[in-house]
Amino acid sequence: MTAVATSGEIKAGKASRGLAAPSWLAAWLQATPLLLILGFFFILPILTIIVVSFWDYDFAGLYPDFLTMNYADTLGSWVTWKTYLNTLKFTAITWALTLFIGFWVAYFLAFHIRTTTMQMVLFLVCTVPFLTSNIIRMISWIPVLGRNGLVNSTLIEVGIIPQPIEWLLYSDFAVVLAMVHLNTLFMVTPIFNTLMRIDRSLIEAARDCGASGWQVLWNVILPLAKPGMAIGSIFVVTLVMADFSTVQVMSGGQSASVALMMKNQMSLLQYPAAAANAVVLLVVVLLMVAAILRVVDIRKEL
Amino acid sequence: MTTETKTATPEKGISRRTLLKTGAAAVGAIAGSGAITGFPTIWAQNPITLRQFGTGVSNINAIAEKCKEDLGITLEMTATDSDAAAQRAVTQPDSYDIADIEYWIAKKVFPSGVMQPMDVSKIKYYDKIVPLFIDGKLKPESVVAQGTAPHTVGFVEAQDSKSFAKAPTQWMTLIPTIYNADTLGIRPDLVGREITTWADIMDPAFKGKTAILNIPSIGIMDAAMIMEAMGNIKYADKGNMTTDEIDQTIDFLIKAKQDGQFRAFWKSFDESVNLMASGEVVIQSMWSPAVAAVRSKGIACKYQPLKEGYRAWGGGLGLAAHLQGAQLDAAYEYINWYLSGWVGAYLNRQGYYSAAMETAKAHMSEDEWGFWVEGKPAKGDILSPEGKVMEKAGAVRDGGSFEERMGKVACWNSVMDEDRYMVRRWNEFIAA
Repeated sequence: MTAVATSGEIKAGKASRGLAAPSWLAAWLQATPLLLILGFFFILPILTIIVVSFWDYDFAGLYPDFLTMNYADTLGSWVTWKTYLNTLKFTAITWALTLFIGFWVAYFLAFHIRTTTMQMVLFLVCTVPFLTSNIIRMISWIPVLGRNGLVNSTLIEVGIIPQPIEWLLYSDFAVVLAMVHLNTLFMVTPIFNTLMRIDRSLIEAARDCGASGWQVLWNVILPLAKPGMAIGSIFVVTLVMADFSTVQVMSGGQSASVALMMKNQMSLLQYPAAAANAVVLLVVVLLMVAAILRVVDIRKEL
Repeated sequence: MTTETKTATPEKGISRRTLLKTGAAAVGAIAGSGAITGFPTIWAQNPITLRQFGTGVSNINAIAEKCKEDLGITLEMTATDSDAAAQRAVTQPDSYDIADIEYWIAKKVFPSGVMQPMDVSKIKYYDKIVPLFIDGKLKPESVVAQGTAPHTVGFVEAQDSKSFAKAPTQWMTLIPTIYNADTLGIRPDLVGREITTWADIMDPAFKGKTAILNIPSIGIMDAAMIMEAMGNIKYADKGNMTTDEIDQTIDFLIKAKQDGQFRAFWKSFDESVNLMASGEVVIQSMWSPAVAAVRSKGIACKYQPLKEGYRAWGGGLGLAAHLQGAQLDAAYEYINWYLSGWVGAYLNRQGYYSAAMETAKAHMSEDEWGFWVEGKPAKGDILSPEGKVMEKAGAVRDGGSFEERMGKVACWNSVMDEDRYMVRRWNEFIAA
């Protein structure tokens, strides 16, 4: 018994000394789970996509190779450029609108609602639509905007317009409307969060110094809300750039987006072409995120 | 065209099978017991499984269940979309025993040597197969349609040959399963005039109220029918356009799109149903089950026959090259059973056509045969194989009889030599 206990103690002592010796080991161990998850579910798939984007293909299969053909095809076609331009247009409009709406919703919640309970209740109300899937939220616009939909039939019955408005559905308008509807909350949440952290005494100080309401907003609140706006922008920009279902459904297939182009290629089993497209899109989106982070240092201002 | 893949193995689905039987009995056509006799029962003692994958009948579990019941052969069915089917047929030839593919896929697949032709002398009902699949003519005076017509890829020169024969030989590549003739669907209450030609979809009166389907290989054919009907071009072969013909067709589509002629381009079955049912579109490319779905909502919808004829499609069953011995015998057994009537009646009742019409007739009631095949007004309610009312008494099938519809096929779904170029230009059309 004693012998066992002693040897156990010795072992424990050795072990603790062994653990203490390389201090980097604990850090590595702590980082391992994240490293594994990112490695398997993020880095590995992206590497695969990059590798496949250089392969050759026909209808029957993929052939390992090193060809720049897929990139040449993608970048050399005016369809790609036009599609990117179209996607960027949707992104810019959606970003501007969600930022504007999102900021004012967050501002109202943060500064005009007095009790914290009410703030949380109203914030939860904002998230209610997210209890249904975004496909459903998108498709539910169709009976509203259609030729014989709610809006048109109401306007005609009231006598405001003689004929249904055609551009309400299956148009760029419909696409932007649905995208704003789907993505505004991603703006509201981070902006609301940063606005709530603003020290109220700063606002009082500004007022004491004689600043008007607009001056407070422009010189105090907006600069302090920048990190939230940047985070929201990253969400919205990446989501809209990668969207295919909203564009397909709301434009009635009349408009193209980059992701839709990829989906078309995949359904025709042209995986390497789609992979090349994905790499190009990834680079573009990363550049956009980098640009946002360059304008606003999220870590510094949090 | 989803990429969804589902696998179905027939089980002892007593309730479902009973339901099917009741459904069939209700229309007074269950002569099944008569047809079962005459098939050997060896498979019950020596269980055989055939793996079937593909696009058409592989979606129908009832066939696998009935096959198990009649032959004791277990069918493992996997349904895929057509592009995936073509790829799998070539790249994974050991993963299936029976390929259920469309004829244009066979044109791609057979030359790669992964399948074996069938000996027609072992096919009991070969004589009963509709001549459309033998020499391309429904009746001796019919004109052979353009595109990948089934008879052009229906036979090979010899058992080990990979090249298609110009005339029928002893070696058949595919046994036809489902086929049909597609045309434009219209809302008779909203178009306000007679629709007689494919060109009517470009009528300025329907500006912003038309749609075509956004599946390049089929959409281009519909576009070709429209172009030719308008007198813009005369194709040498709509199913195999030259790059110049593709350019002209796509340029025409782009112009029509920019002029606002189209309301939408649909990709999936339900999209086409919604466009039509909501009145967004009054004339569009459509598939026959979609027309039935619009009608089932109580909305008038017609599968309008047009003077230029139909765009037809068809699929068939082929044997994998690796099949031999007892499995090969079982496959022949299955195909003979397939042509013996029960399946044919089932498919006819779905609004498709079966390969051996004569044998199917014995399994259908006179009224069903009259409605689906002869184009006569229904005397009673017409039920789907699941027992749902498809048409009320007095209804007549759009386009009329089998001979009227399949006799007026202008072109078959096909794969072009310039396929890649066509898809690239089609993407330009959608992006334009």
